[in-house]
Amino acid sequence: MRLAAKLENLSKDYVLGAETVHALCDVSIDIPEGDYIAIMGPSGSGKSTLLNLLGCLDRPTSGRFFLGGDDVSKMDDRQLSNIRASRLGFVFQSYNLVPQLTVMENIELPLYYRGGMTREDRDRCRELAEMVGLGDRLRHRPAELSGGQQQRVAVARSLANDPQFILADEPTGNLDSVTTEEILALLDRMNDEGRTIILVTHEAEVAAHTRRVIRFKDGRIQSDVIS
Amino acid sequence: MTFAWIRTWQLGVKSLLLHPLRSLLTILGIFIGVASVIWLLAIGEGISLKAQEQIESLGADNIIVRTIKPSADDENSSVAYGITREDLGRLEVIPTVLRAVPIRELRQRFYHNGHKVEGRLVGCTAEYAELTQLRVERGHFISEAESKSIENHCVLSAEVARRLFPLEDPLDQMIQVEQDVYKVVGVMKHRDATSGIGGSLAGQNFSNDIYVPIKTVEKRIGDMVILRRQGLFHAEIIELSQITLRIDDVDHVLETAEVVKRTLAKQHGKKQDYAVTVPLELLEQARATRLMFITFMGMIAAISLLVGGIGIMNIMLATVTERTREIGIRRALGAKQIDIVMQFLVETIVLSVVGGVVGVLVGLTCGPIVVFARERLEAWIPDTMGNLPDVVRSITPVIVPVSIPLAFGISVFIGVVFGLYPAIRAALMDPIEALRHE
Ligand SMILES: Nc1ncnc2c1ncn2[C@@H]1O[C@H](COP(=O)(O)OP(=O)(O)O)[C@@H](O)[C@H]1O
Ligand SMILES: [Mg+2]
Repeated sequence: MRLAAKLENLSKDYVLGAETVHALCDVSIDIPEGDYIAIMGPSGSGKSTLLNLLGCLDRPTSGRFFLGGDDVSKMDDRQLSNIRASRLGFVFQSYNLVPQLTVMENIELPLYYRGGMTREDRDRCRELAEMVGLGDRLRHRPAELSGGQQQRVAVARSLANDPQFILADEPTGNLDSVTTEEILALLDRMNDEGRTIILVTHEAEVAAHTRRVIRFKDGRIQSDVIS
Repeated sequence: MTFAWIRTWQLGVKSLLLHPLRSLLTILGIFIGVASVIWLLAIGEGISLKAQEQIESLGADNIIVRTIKPSADDENSSVAYGITREDLGRLEVIPTVLRAVPIRELRQRFYHNGHKVEGRLVGCTAEYAELTQLRVERGHFISEAESKSIENHCVLSAEVARRLFPLEDPLDQMIQVEQDVYKVVGVMKHRDATSGIGGSLAGQNFSNDIYVPIKTVEKRIGDMVILRRQGLFHAEIIELSQITLRIDDVDHVLETAEVVKRTLAKQHGKKQDYAVTVPLELLEQARATRLMFITFMGMIAAISLLVGGIGIMNIMLATVTERTREIGIRRALGAKQIDIVMQFLVETIVLSVVGGVVGVLVGLTCGPIVVFARERLEAWIPDTMGNLPDVVRSITPVIVPVSIPLAFGISVFIGVVFGLYPAIRAALMDPIEALRHE
């Protein structure tokens, strides 16, 4: 079984004045390709910190993190940016669409930083918009869409660069139960296509969609259950 | 690659258009800066070109010696003053002097057939026409032969001819000056008045002149002038009003001027009754003044561009803060730091280029606008305008060609320099912090 990612004794400290916060302590996880993981735990337990490290938005204080075969923990900003542009997809709790861009432009945005866009890319972005049910809203701006629609745009955007890895920090935190199911259905489908998905959630119903639940407490793994 | 670039520019323009008023006000700063660079330089150039032209028309290879009236409280004052025929003799023999052209000017009244003109009688030689760039309309100017004669011949300026002979042909007619009659042998073309250029040379108006051989003046009128002042008669004896020395080589002008000054000082002692004007010196002064002017204008322009640049920086810092979250999103989606720098830099470049282009266009209208404004003002408040110095009244801006690329280049440079800091600040933001920004 090939590993999509591997975390070895990963730690992240935040220094606040004289005090040091151990946001993550000595975390080791093997993530096989195509895994579908829910990260759970009380607020402040380090879930977001972990996801930021996995998303190459941050560097660990100590320990090592491999993505595919590459050691990410030693990379510089440029290399990390390239990895984000080519291999990762993000879905945020607060959608995080660019307000002045249209739906279509938001979906295409990651391609822009990957260094260009072919006709096929463009066609695929339109297909993605149709897949999330917004094929008729391509020219709308985020402000003209409901929360659920915005999150569907965000899901489509996370797929634009055809990433191996999807990272979602409480993607349904702002949604009602009906739209939550719509988004989860999309994530399930992405996992069925073979993509590795890691999502942070507080809700058991959301976690029930996944194959594996890792619980955190005070920056440490409390349990790691594969169903 | 090209695709990414086009998108960057599109995006920059698009986000500027999201805040049209804000962008407009930002452009205004650069626009005013650029337009003022071009305007100030053009006006400065116009003034100094005019001054140089006037000085050059005196001839860079000339030295002009003029009689001036000593001040009344000068203890050496007497009825006889000014440069003399003896001075002329001494100056003529300086080896570097090609020739010395003397003139004698007198205020006189000219009559013909009931018409009267008050004007200037100029006793001169044949060379005077060439020296002052006077051109003949009809007949001829005082000839070489006439210069040495004492014949009662005269040449009229165009205006005197028109006023004394409104209906007749003046050639070969007689006019009366004091008790004598003179035969008109020529009429000159109109010559614009020259304006003063500093030194001892006041502006000259040629329109009420008549020209007579200098020997004739000496013989018929003499050196003595009787003036009536405060009811008393008052005599003055002046031999020559002016001597123009033509020097053999421009390189010899300054040293010859020294010799001339020394020669005259020896003759006149402490008596301040003459002045030596060296157009070449004035020309060099005018050039130095022009440089000073350009430096000064450049400083003013630099300050206005600086203010424009600070305006851009201010706006961009506000924009960056406002769009912190967007920066975080773009970073998460793979934007490198350089991508963020470019995104914001493109916006400042668009602002400064638009400001620069509009500034150049408005800068180019400088000439017509200034001339139009001057004409309007002259029609509206002629008295006030009349009191202004001649250089100001006759301002005709001359666009300095280099000022256009210069002003434009500086505006783009300012845009880049002042945009760089906000752009770098945006790029150095921590993506996670930026994403969390409300
Ligand atoms: N930038 C930061 N500076 C200082 N402390 C931080 C920072 N980010 C997170 N922390 C701290 O690290 C711990 C873990 O935070 P986080 O990963 O956001 O928790 P969770 O997402 O599980 O609620 C918390 O105690 C939090 O206060
Ligand atoms: Mg969190």
